[in-house]
Amino acid sequence: MKLGDIIEPLSLDVRTGSSSLGRAVTGVYVSDLLSDVMANSGEGNVWITLQTHLNIVAVAGLKNLTGIIVVSGRNVPADVLQKAEAEKVTVMTTQLSAFETAGKLYQMLYA
Amino acid sequence: MALNINEIIEDSFQLIGGNFATAGEASTQLKMKLTELGVDETIIRRAAIATFEAEMNVIIYAAAARLHYVITPRNITIRIEDMGPGIEDIQLAMQEGYSTAPDWVREMGWGAGMGLPNMKKNSDEFRIDSVVGEGTTVEMVINFP
Repeated sequence: MKLGDIIEPLSLDVRTGSSSLGRAVTGVYVSDLLSDVMANSGEGNVWITLQTHLNIVAVAGLKNLTGIIVVSGRNVPADVLQKAEAEKVTVMTTQLSAFETAGKLYQMLYA
Repeated sequence: MALNINEIIEDSFQLIGGNFATAGEASTQLKMKLTELGVDETIIRRAAIATFEAEMNVIIYAAAARLHYVITPRNITIRIEDMGPGIEDIQLAMQEGYSTAPDWVREMGWGAGMGLPNMKKNSDEFRIDSVVGEGTTVEMVINFP
């Protein structure tokens, strides 16, 4: 499954890094603890979080994640979007909660 | 796999405490260097995680630090010397889940007591030395396969 395939079913708003929509989604990781994501997420994973500060871009970049989904309609500050665009990190936002987002992705990946 | 390392490669970074915006710069540079050298991906991942956690510790707790890395044909050594509060009880600080981070840092998703354990887990050799009121030095060695 490619990143682009999850945009419509999850009603995601692609905020940055739209050039990466062809990348494969290897799995999903849900966490708001950044050290946990550093330690346990896998390369190519989509990361579901409600964190919106600058460090999410560095974590996603270092772990080579396919994208970040910021849930519950949380606002992502402009400087974060700017950094994400510069570093080619795909940031997507959704009104759905983390639970709903993860549930839908689970269905798409494994059901 | 053939590594393009014929000589010792080293670099240093100045890290400034409290500067969350620059977090990950040193680890990103190191990751790029290791990628360029053709180092095994697992090693790169371990080095990036360990270095990023070290950067975060400086940003969260210290005034400033110097991060220095040395790459040889056999391994990579990452050394971080900070000017910070020091650690009173290193054994306790090494315990997963133990943290002295303030609430606002925890709200950012840091300070979960995973930093030092993550650094140790991703290193083949891990040394930590601290003097309260002066600072902490961490040295990590990751061996190439």
